[in-house]
Amino acid sequence: MAIAPTVRSLAPRKRRPYRGFAHTVWWFVLPAAAFYVFAVVYPSVRGSLLAFTDWDGISPNPNWVGLDQFGRILTDPNALTGVRNTLLIAFAVTVIQNVAALLIALALNSRIRTRNILRVVIFAPVVITSIAVGFLWQNLFAPAGGINEALETVGLGFLQQNWLGNPDTAIWSVVIVVFWQFVGYSMVIFLAGLQGIPHEVLEAAAIDGAGPIRRFWSVVRPLLAPAITINVMLSLIGGLKLFDQVFVMTKGGPGGATNTISTLIYSNAFTLGRFGFGAALAVMLTIFVAVASIIQYRLLALQER
Amino acid sequence: MFRYTWRTAILEVLMVLVGLLFVFPIYVLITLSLKAPGDQSGLLAPPIEPTLQNFADAWQQGGFAGALVNSAIVTLTTVALTVIFAAAAAYPLSRLGARWSKLTYFAFLAGLLLPVQLALLPLYQTIRDLGLLGTLVGVIIVYVGGGMPFAIFLYAGFMRALPGEYEEAAAIDGAHAFRTFWSVVFPLLRPITGTVVILTAVGTWNDFLTPLLYLSGTDQQTVTVAINGFVGQFGAQWNLIFAGIIISILPILIAYFLLQKYIVQGFAGGLKG
Repeated sequence: MAIAPTVRSLAPRKRRPYRGFAHTVWWFVLPAAAFYVFAVVYPSVRGSLLAFTDWDGISPNPNWVGLDQFGRILTDPNALTGVRNTLLIAFAVTVIQNVAALLIALALNSRIRTRNILRVVIFAPVVITSIAVGFLWQNLFAPAGGINEALETVGLGFLQQNWLGNPDTAIWSVVIVVFWQFVGYSMVIFLAGLQGIPHEVLEAAAIDGAGPIRRFWSVVRPLLAPAITINVMLSLIGGLKLFDQVFVMTKGGPGGATNTISTLIYSNAFTLGRFGFGAALAVMLTIFVAVASIIQYRLLALQER
Repeated sequence: MFRYTWRTAILEVLMVLVGLLFVFPIYVLITLSLKAPGDQSGLLAPPIEPTLQNFADAWQQGGFAGALVNSAIVTLTTVALTVIFAAAAAYPLSRLGARWSKLTYFAFLAGLLLPVQLALLPLYQTIRDLGLLGTLVGVIIVYVGGGMPFAIFLYAGFMRALPGEYEEAAAIDGAHAFRTFWSVVFPLLRPITGTVVILTAVGTWNDFLTPLLYLSGTDQQTVTVAINGFVGQFGAQWNLIFAGIIISILPILIAYFLLQKYIVQGFAGGLKG
């Protein structure tokens, strides 16, 4: 969402762009449009319509039920838990991941000698598939798994838990896994932002007597604003859509305690045959994502000014 | 103020500890995969007699060879088609100020707001009705279509900043439209093509939900579906499972360590320009 303004501001904004051939090659758009309409537009429209029916995935003539499915979401305790979990995970991941990523990026932007290797290590989980990450952590969180063993070893045995089996800790275990996997992503975006801050500016601030905290707040933070916006959005939207890790580690359990909107869409549609209900959940998720994206777009437009 | 001081040293120690925390899961992954089932060493201790037997067993029983090939086919095809179609579409969309091209551009951008979950159910039906369930072609179509908004967004943003002089020169030299795009414009897009290639390749290789829907239960599997099936089959044999997981993530980890500078740039650059 963010590249257009950034690139535009770098480019010399001058005379009319060269049109030349471009107007003759409208057909260049056709292949992209065909795939896009087939795989996104058409099914998304149909998916939105399904949300207003009671379709079970089999019957040829689903009934039009208006807003009933949405009403059902509000009265179904399982669905409500899923919505609450989704918002909780999205919010928690956004806050924890961004604060930690910023601190790590600041630390790695210093003179420490291990900064390159640490950057490689912390970013590595980003390229590992979520499903492998999920199974790895499922094992680590097991009652006799690595986390409990490590806690015992360092003398914190009293903290041992059945992490994924206890409804109170299961959701936070999911947050930890998502954090481990994606904090490196936020970190590299912050690092790219930090590297764009000229050293002279920081030195000038230091000479003027600004301490590290003041330098961060008055110099670094404003210059980092675009990176902050992007990172907040990425983690927020990623958190809202979370599926793989939950599907692998807990299947939404114990007792639905870790269901997210995405896992509920999957189970309602593909195992329970409640397509209409699943579609209503998907429409709801779309609204959440759209609202988050529009807010981000606004914030970014404000910063550009 | 920016020299290596004792404060920097404290920071260094602290960050190395943070790094160790991040490595811990990977350490467990590797150690367990190297232990024989009867290994009596502690859970977190290194194996007494490291063995590669788990890897041999996982390779034979997990169907990873076929899955790796399928993942490679799907990823390469998706990346190639995404790059070509998105770059071609972004060309007129970014060069023209016409009403239709603006509207089309925004129609593509709207796709960024739509989560895959919304299209999931109807698309599944369509793919099934076309007889593409269990085929790599079906999955590739879904990826290419779904990847268009972001790729076009990246390309169009980059092209707007690109001067038109080269195209003018090519036109004066008598090149026709397609030739101009392919030989003049497309090579100039290389930096952003790199970003699109990296983000598309990593995203496609690692995706789970799409192949889970369209390929699971068939003999055409990608690595992510293969891991899922493998774990389902071997339940609690974690030594074996972890060997399987390592096999399945090894290609992308090797690519990461070889190309890490570009990959990190791709991830950071895709959103920063």
